[in-house]
Amino acid sequence: MVNKKRTFMIMVIPAFLLFFTFHTYPVIQGIFYSFTDYKGYGTWDFVGLSNYLNVFQDGRALGAYGFTFQFAIVSTVLVNIISLLIAIGLNANIKFRKTLRATYFLPYILSVLIVGYIFKFMFTHLLPEIGQLLNIEFLSSNILGSPDLAWIGIVIVAVWQSTAFNTLLYLAGLSTIDQQVYEAADIDGAGPWAKFWKITFPLVAPFFTINMVVAMKNFLMAFDQIVALTGGGPGQATESISLLIYRGGFQGGEFAYQSANAVIYFIVIVAISIIQLRVLERREVK
Amino acid sequence: MVGNKINWKITTLLILGGLFIILPLYLTITIAFKTPQEMSGNLFALPESWSIQNFLDAIEMTNFFQALGNSVFVTVITVVLVLLTHSLVAYAIARNMHKKFYKFLYFYFISAMFIPFPIIMLPLVKQTAMWGMDNIIGLAILNAVMQLAFNVFIYVGFVKTIPKELEEAAIIDGASTWQVFWKIIFPLMKPMHATVAILTALAAWNDFMLPLVILSDSSQYTLPLVQYAFQGQFSTDYNLAFASYLMAMLPMILIYIFAQKWIIGGVMRGSIK
Repeated sequence: MVNKKRTFMIMVIPAFLLFFTFHTYPVIQGIFYSFTDYKGYGTWDFVGLSNYLNVFQDGRALGAYGFTFQFAIVSTVLVNIISLLIAIGLNANIKFRKTLRATYFLPYILSVLIVGYIFKFMFTHLLPEIGQLLNIEFLSSNILGSPDLAWIGIVIVAVWQSTAFNTLLYLAGLSTIDQQVYEAADIDGAGPWAKFWKITFPLVAPFFTINMVVAMKNFLMAFDQIVALTGGGPGQATESISLLIYRGGFQGGEFAYQSANAVIYFIVIVAISIIQLRVLERREVK
Repeated sequence: MVGNKINWKITTLLILGGLFIILPLYLTITIAFKTPQEMSGNLFALPESWSIQNFLDAIEMTNFFQALGNSVFVTVITVVLVLLTHSLVAYAIARNMHKKFYKFLYFYFISAMFIPFPIIMLPLVKQTAMWGMDNIIGLAILNAVMQLAFNVFIYVGFVKTIPKELEEAAIIDGASTWQVFWKIIFPLMKPMHATVAILTALAAWNDFMLPLVILSDSSQYTLPLVQYAFQGQFSTDYNLAFASYLMAMLPMILIYIFAQKWIIGGVMRGSIK
């Protein structure tokens, strides 16, 4: 028995040490340095909370938070609406179901960065051409070049790619619904609209919760597609929080300052996830 | 829902929507075969001749096979490490959940799912550079560490569904805990191994941020990182760039075409957990 206990210990201790060294220890360091003026090299001093206070007065950081929230909220809502519709469609009695399912899931296996580069080409060359041809004003120039519209381009790419995974989750949810419930509703004379709001939606609610939370968290961490599409531009119009931390931390000598920013970012993500879970789970119970 | 009648309205809508998914890929393939002169014509047209010159140029310019080798290396090592170690850790945790230490360990690992990468990025890069881990081996190890939270979560869920009686019988026959794991539990975990392997391989293959900050030597760059590094040199030569993008995506696309049922099933299994 003692032997067995030791064996279990041996199974987990190496993983624990590795995890601590390469995950927890950097977190602790990050929090530690956020209270200093460390540049990433050389000497440093404690500066108390001044890094944190500065983040709240830094236009660039606030801009990054504003853009990231706007992008994440719009993308999360769109992705969930579109993927739920696609999932319901794929779950209906349709032809070519397997091929269509495979097509809609395809974006999930592709590199976000490379997809971003491909869309960048489409936004730069294809859409303006179509826009000029059809005389549509806002399409006839590159939307990524406009500080007011560039974020829409990033939303389009994020939605194009993330819909794949969320659709699959909703499909999994729909497959748990017993067809007899619909048959009973048919007998009661329920229309498609009533069937969706009274049966489908309440029954996939747990999947809706997970999708909202996971999608939101992923979009709040957006990095790859922004590097590919705009590099944060024009100006800093589409600079996400991740990109700002990366840039400031590695290129701007702001190791300590961006560590403070990262701690705030972490708190924001956890807070949003918890609020979402609370609110959405309460709806589920109803 | 209405008997067995095929719903053509929905089928048509889904096919139209599917075109939106296919269009960027269609453009990638055709542009990769076109010449720069053809780019001024109709962008939707098929290439006049299917010349592979763009691909040959891209292979030479980006040193494609080196990058491919790096990507394959990182992905394979990561998957092997993850399958062997994460399943083991999850087994030990799942069978000792009643003990405080293992319960703590479980929540400790899982809490990492909520920690955004940027918070550990800056210290981690300093640390890996100092310890000579700024290479593809270091990258594979870090991948395994980053994936631990999610994998332990789904493996533990799975181990809980395996009846303990199987192990008890083996122990009575004189098997050690190690033997029980490798001979009984590990093979039983097969469906979960498939899910974990697919998700881990996709994450490792397509990852951009971690290789970007960890790798210091450009001869060790993985495929996505190479596309990033060559942006300046591709400049406006979209034919060359798209040939390079296509080659970087092709291995996963080919695997997907042949194993899509398996991949979708695997991801779905992971998502229901």
